[in-house]
Amino acid sequence: MEQTNKHEMQLVVGTEERDQQQYLTFNLGGEIFAIGILAIKEIIEYGNLTEVPMMPEFIRGVINLRGAVVPVVDLSARFGRRGTTVTRRTCIVIVEMEAEDGHQDVGVIVDAVNEVLEILPQDIEPAPSFGAKIRTEFIRGMGKVAGKFVIILNADRVLSVDELATLARENSEQLVNVAA
Amino acid sequence: MSVNLDQALQTYIAEARELLQDMEDALLRLENEPGDADTVGAIFRAAHTIKGSAGLFGLDAIVKFTHVVEDVLDRVRDGKVAIEADLIAVLLESSDHMLELINVVAAQGRQLDTVAQARESALCNRLQAYRAETKPVAMEALVSVEEDVPLTVCNKDGVSSDNWHISLRFGQNVLRDGMDPLSFLRYLGKLGKIVSLTTLPDAMPEAGKMDAETCYLGFEIDFKSDADKAAIANVFEFVREESLIHILPPHSKISDYLELIRALPESEIRVGEILVATGALTQQELADGLNTQKAGAQVAGNSMPLGKILVDQGSVGQEVVEAALVKQAQARDSKNKESKYIRVQADRLDELINLVGELVIAGAGANMLAQRAKSVALQESTSEISRLVEEIRDSALNLRMVQIGETFNRFQRVVRDVSRDLGKDIALHISGAETELDKTVVEKIGDPLMHLVRNAMDHGIENSVLRAQRGKPEKGTLRLNAYHESGSIVIEVSDDGGGLNRERILAKAVEKGIVAPNQNLSEQEIFRLIFEAGFSTADTVSNISGRGVGMDVVRRNIEALRGTIDIESKHTEGTTIRIRLPLTLAIIDGFLVGVGKSSFVIPLDMVLECTEMSEQDREALAERNYVNLRNEVLPFIRLRDLFDISGNAPRRENIVVVQYAGLKAGLVVDGLLGEFQTVIKPLGGIFEHLKGISGSTILGSGEVALILDVPTLVQRAVAEEDRQHAAA
Repeated sequence: MEQTNKHEMQLVVGTEERDQQQYLTFNLGGEIFAIGILAIKEIIEYGNLTEVPMMPEFIRGVINLRGAVVPVVDLSARFGRRGTTVTRRTCIVIVEMEAEDGHQDVGVIVDAVNEVLEILPQDIEPAPSFGAKIRTEFIRGMGKVAGKFVIILNADRVLSVDELATLARENSEQLVNVAA
Repeated sequence: MSVNLDQALQTYIAEARELLQDMEDALLRLENEPGDADTVGAIFRAAHTIKGSAGLFGLDAIVKFTHVVEDVLDRVRDGKVAIEADLIAVLLESSDHMLELINVVAAQGRQLDTVAQARESALCNRLQAYRAETKPVAMEALVSVEEDVPLTVCNKDGVSSDNWHISLRFGQNVLRDGMDPLSFLRYLGKLGKIVSLTTLPDAMPEAGKMDAETCYLGFEIDFKSDADKAAIANVFEFVREESLIHILPPHSKISDYLELIRALPESEIRVGEILVATGALTQQELADGLNTQKAGAQVAGNSMPLGKILVDQGSVGQEVVEAALVKQAQARDSKNKESKYIRVQADRLDELINLVGELVIAGAGANMLAQRAKSVALQESTSEISRLVEEIRDSALNLRMVQIGETFNRFQRVVRDVSRDLGKDIALHISGAETELDKTVVEKIGDPLMHLVRNAMDHGIENSVLRAQRGKPEKGTLRLNAYHESGSIVIEVSDDGGGLNRERILAKAVEKGIVAPNQNLSEQEIFRLIFEAGFSTADTVSNISGRGVGMDVVRRNIEALRGTIDIESKHTEGTTIRIRLPLTLAIIDGFLVGVGKSSFVIPLDMVLECTEMSEQDREALAERNYVNLRNEVLPFIRLRDLFDISGNAPRRENIVVVQYAGLKAGLVVDGLLGEFQTVIKPLGGIFEHLKGISGSTILGSGEVALILDVPTLVQRAVAEEDRQHAAA
């Protein structure tokens, strides 16, 4: 799988203003989603994942990203849908998140990565209050691309380290208590 | 002057802070040994240096206050003011106030706020009581900035000249630093009369090699003045570091002159001649001194110590010389120690340790490939490299090891102040101060320790009435102890106080809803309740501790360091709180085990042994979670069940027997994969609260393996076992 890195993309695109209108689109459960390109660090092939026990389903495990241990989130499970089935085209998108103590990289499992698109602000509709089958706060907007809608995700909410930690803790405590 | 004043000021601030720390230590020492003249001298010098340097920077607020302190100290040193507890207390507070002055006035360039000003005038009033009505006459010759030997003005063995003698060798950079040697001499002239001055151009090279910007000058000066030594030394404050400056008071002993002659860069004969020429010494005095030394040298076969000569001459008492020698030895020792240290920036060290970590991982990868390649030569060479990497790892980690003593010593003051606030008499005993642990751990252990110490003093140690009733000595004892135990460092905070009250803790916990009323708890579990959030049994809430916040914070801080806390307590006899911490947070020796497709690392120093799980134990899995290990009940945890790992168990399973804090438990795994150098990688925020896993590491294959949190697992296994027994 091709490794695309953020800096190379920046070189191609140029100015920062345009960067902010650039989105990486990917497939997930038959729908097309997008995340702002600035938050994306790189895209890697799925593999070598270590499961972490006592975690909720949407935390698939951890991978070794050049010496750093990075948690991997199953986006589909995070949306409350079925977990992603791994295929030949499954990828992990590494997203850089702001955390209390600096940056935290989080990996996101997607079915397939499509392309980098420019979506102008006037082509972005506000998130529908219902109907998307995803918590509204996860959606930053609906981008219109070639007559179709692309769901632009609010990565800060979907991958909020604090929220993930809280959910993980609840899950592990539940398990421990049941086991005990 | 073009000296970089800002930089000089920073140096001053750093120095002043160190001096104040020294002063505080000395004051605390003085409290125990009130008669120690050396300690008094050290305190005085600290205050004096701070004042003197503050004057140079025009920090009048510091000069003003410190002057008052210095005055009092001066009288203490003269024996005009007796050392007693109140005096020490006010001096300690003064040193705190001086620190604030340094922090506010010198470092931030601001004025003191009104609270601090009020405190200052209150302190001044208290200090005033110890001050003389009139300003004390400048002490002659007793103050000395660099003296090693207590000087006494005594005509019998002193030289006849009643002038000061100053030997000056300016540093080579004095001119480059924008200072004019002549201006110092002019300024010196203001303090008294320069009787004679000899310029020494000896250091000057021949014209061709001379650098016009380099200062080659030296001076021998005889000086008549009523100023004290410190005042004279202060004249040269700005050039003190670079230059060679010796100041001898009037009527100094001939031995001091001899020492001076030896210390100067010029030949002894040349200096001797100058001293005679300027009238500092008479020819007779010089000759006598030199002869005596020479004669002594012949007798002893080597140069005889001056001290011995002087004793033989009857000019100084034996004990004076001994004291001086001890001091000299100390000074020499501390110099030797200094030269053995290099100051290194902490982040450079961290970088090195990170790199070593990467090296360890890369080495493990190479090792694995070599084994796969089945080439003996390659395997030999990689194992040699592994051995070296291991050594590098150990020495790199050692670089970051520091002794815990410094942290412990900070508590002397805390115990003193808090016990005073509480009106209790408490002594602090420190042991194991030389025990080493990782600097990153040391930095984080201070706050939890502070809390435990304050807590022990406030709630642990009883008031003297109750102590007397219980037949204990009136003075309470608090102990800080540290030692190494199986790859961990153990830090103990113990008191000889009232101990924990089981019933009261349990009642309180039930009242607060922390435990159910009918819950069956072991003693350990009950004691541990004090670390629960929102728990406090103190009947009276004081400002020292006891708001019920804190003990749970202590526990959290310790757990964040991968450590644990144990409590041992006997009612009316005392409490010991034992903190166990890993020695380092970076790299450990691990033992790799496999369960299903997953690999886990167990810290090697917690592994006791491995044994295969017998067929009948496996069959009995549903009924009991313990095995008979050589007639000992060993509770175990099956990782496959605990972590809900998919797939069927293989035909054979193994038990890894682990031990932590005296408790044993078994961990049931599929395969034993051997020892493995483990570079600990934190799992990050998301997994912060994961129980049973303490971190992760990267295997040679590039895969991530999880590190088991043995303390939690052992406690779980034992607790579960207890519960089963209780139920049965």
